[in-house]
Amino acid sequence: MNLQQAGIPGEFHETVEIQGHIMDSLILPKILDCITSGGGSFRIVQVNIGQTRKDPSYASIEVSAASQETLDRILATIGDHGAASVAGHDCHVVLADCDGAFPEGFYSTTNQRTEVRLNGHWIEVDRQEMDCGVAVDVPQGIATCVPMSDVRSGQSFVVGHAGVRVHPAGRHAQARGFEFMNSQVSTEKPKGIATAQVARELARCHRSQQEILVVAGPAVVHTGSGEHLCKLIRGGYVQHLFVGNALATHDIEQALFGTSLGVKLESGNIVEAGHEHHLRAINRIRRLGGIRRAIAQGELTRGIMYDCVQHNVDFLLAGSIRDDGPLPEVITDALEAQREMRRRIQNVSFCLMIATTLHSIAVGNLLPASVGVVCVDINPSTVIKLSDRGSFQTVGLVTDVEPLLRGLVADLQETIG
Amino acid sequence: MNGQPHLLMCPPQYYGIEYEINPWMSRARQVDHDLAKQQWESLHRIVTERGARVSLQSPVQGLPDMVFTANAGLVYGDMVVLSRFRHPQRQGEHAENSRWFAQHGFTVFDLAPEMYFEGAGDALFCGETLFAGYRSRSDMTSHQKVAELVGQSVLAMELVDPSFYHLDTCFCPLAPGVAAYYPGAFDHYGQQVLKAGIETLIEVSRDEAQAFACNAVVVGQVVVTNVGCPRFHHTLRDHGFIPIATPLGEFVKAGGSAKCLTLRLDGEEAAAWRMDPQLKVVTTKPPRS
Repeated sequence: MNLQQAGIPGEFHETVEIQGHIMDSLILPKILDCITSGGGSFRIVQVNIGQTRKDPSYASIEVSAASQETLDRILATIGDHGAASVAGHDCHVVLADCDGAFPEGFYSTTNQRTEVRLNGHWIEVDRQEMDCGVAVDVPQGIATCVPMSDVRSGQSFVVGHAGVRVHPAGRHAQARGFEFMNSQVSTEKPKGIATAQVARELARCHRSQQEILVVAGPAVVHTGSGEHLCKLIRGGYVQHLFVGNALATHDIEQALFGTSLGVKLESGNIVEAGHEHHLRAINRIRRLGGIRRAIAQGELTRGIMYDCVQHNVDFLLAGSIRDDGPLPEVITDALEAQREMRRRIQNVSFCLMIATTLHSIAVGNLLPASVGVVCVDINPSTVIKLSDRGSFQTVGLVTDVEPLLRGLVADLQETIG
Repeated sequence: MNGQPHLLMCPPQYYGIEYEINPWMSRARQVDHDLAKQQWESLHRIVTERGARVSLQSPVQGLPDMVFTANAGLVYGDMVVLSRFRHPQRQGEHAENSRWFAQHGFTVFDLAPEMYFEGAGDALFCGETLFAGYRSRSDMTSHQKVAELVGQSVLAMELVDPSFYHLDTCFCPLAPGVAAYYPGAFDHYGQQVLKAGIETLIEVSRDEAQAFACNAVVVGQVVVTNVGCPRFHHTLRDHGFIPIATPLGEFVKAGGSAKCLTLRLDGEEAAAWRMDPQLKVVTTKPPRS
C-alpha cells in the first residue's frame, strides 16, 4: 500500500492523530487498512517515528470519504484503535519558557486558514502564516501566528495537533481567474492568454478596492520595463511594492543617468564608466538623505520609486548581504524587514511577483494561502522553489518580464489611459 | 528484586454472579460458595507452598468481582496504574484499590475517568515489552497513556473474540521471551505482533483456552492453571516448566481463573523490569489494621 495516500479523495475530511508504539503494534497499518476497507481514503499529514523501541511514534492522518456518513463510520472504527479526531479536543497550550524559541512540540503552522479550539469554541487564527507557532490569549479568546524570533517568554503556544483544524483552500478558491493556468509551471503555455488572466485579476482587485502587492527584482529595470510598472502604479494597480536595494538603485540610476548597470536603456549601448552609475546614484540619494527627500528637492523626477512616492504607494526596501550602499530607506535588519512586511500585507488580496527569487520566496513565506499569487520569472526554478516552500497557491508563469508587463499595460489600457 | 514472589489476593467472601458483563457470566448459573471458597483456598495454598508471599485485600459486599485482583491495576516498580473499569458494576472497586495500594507504599497513578483500563487483566509484560489488549475492556487511549507512564514499549492488540475479553484470558507470559497464547483471540495484526515480539510462543488450542489454560499464575518455574488443559501442561513440561492443575470451575463461571485471582506485586516472572536494579519494588509488610 502506498503509505502517502490511498483511495480516491473524498469531499468530507477529518484529521485524526494517533500516538504510541503504533509501528511495532501494527496499529498504524491497521488503521490505514480500516480507512480504505471502510470506503475512505487517507493522506498522511505527518509521521514521527520514535528513535528507539521504547519511544512512542506519532502520526497525523487526514481521512476523506465521499459522504459524511461514511466518514463518521470510519472515524468510529479507527477511534477504537486509538485514532483520535484532533477536532474533538481543546488545543493544548504551553507557556514559552524563553524568548525567541517555541516550547518543544509546538504546533507548526501552514499558510492555510486555521482554527484552534479553546474552551470548546473554535477561534480563527489571526495573521495566518506558514512556519510559525500559534500564540493563544486564553482569557481573550484570541489566537495569532507568531514567528519564532518574536516569541516572548510567558506567551502561551499551542502544542501538538489536538484542537487545531486547518481549512485547505479549495481548488476553486485558489484558481479564481486562473483555471487555465492551474498551478503548474510550464514554459509552453500561451503567454498572451495567461497575461490577460493576470490583467483581469488586477482589474478585479482594482474595481473592488482590494490591495495589490507587487514584489519585483531589478530585471524590471534592466529589461526596460520600468515604465510599464510605472503605468500600473499610476493606474492604481499597485498598493504595495516590496523590492530590494537593487531595483530602487537601478531605477534611480536610470532616472539620473539613463542607464541600468551602465547600459543605456534607450540604445543598449554600454556607457563609458557606466558601471559606476549605480554607485553614483546611491551616493547622491544618500547625500540627499533618502529617496523621498531627493524627490522633494526635485533631484529625482521620474521612475518607479518616484511614481510610488507621487501616488502614495507603500514601498518597502529589504536589504541583502550583497547590497551596495544601500539606499537610506533599505531595512538592513532581515528580521525587522520581515516584521515590516508582515505588518503591511495584512490586507493584501493579490500578489504579483516579478523576476526575483529571494524576495518572492520571502514574501511567499509570509502570505496566507488565501492571497492569490502569480509568480513571473524567466527561470522556472524560481516558481518551483516557491511552490516547494509551501506557497502552493502560486500560479507560475515562465516568461520574460518585459512582454508580460507590456501585455498587462495593454490589457488595462482603458483604465490606465 | 528477585526476592520472594509477592501476590495480592482477595478472599471470595462476597463473590457471586450478581450481573452479566461477559459471555461466561449467567445469573442463572450461580456459584457454589463453599466450593468457590475451597477452590480459592487451594490456589492460595499452592502458590504459598511454592514460595510466594500473599497479601490479602479485604473483600467488600456488593463488589463480587474484587476477588479478581489481577484487574486492580498494573504494577511497575513501586508505581501502580489503577484500573478504570468499563462496566459500572465494577467501578466501585476503584476506590477500594486506590486505598489499598496507597496504604501499602505504592505510588498510585490514576488515569483520567473517561479512560478504560483493566490493569493486569489487559496489560502484561513479557521481556521489556508491555503487551496490551484493547477493545473489549481497556481502550487504546489508556494504553497510550500507560506507555507514557512506564516508558516501555507498549504493543496494543485488539481482542476479537468476546469469550476472551481480557488479554490474560488468551495470553500468558511465562518467562522473558516465552509466552502462551490462543491465536483465535487475536486478529491477524495481533498475531503478527506476538510472533514478531516473542521468541518462544506456545500455541494453546481453543478447547483448552476455554478451560482458561492461558489464565495461569506463574511463580518461578511453576505454572498454576485450572484443570482441563492437559496438552498445554505437556507442552509446558517440554519447555522446562512445572505445571500444576487445580480446579477453579466456580470462578470460570464469572470468566476468571488462576491468573485473574492474583496480582503479582513484585513483577511477573516474565517482566524484565523485575531484574532492573533502578526500579524500586514495594516490599514492606502490610500495616496491621
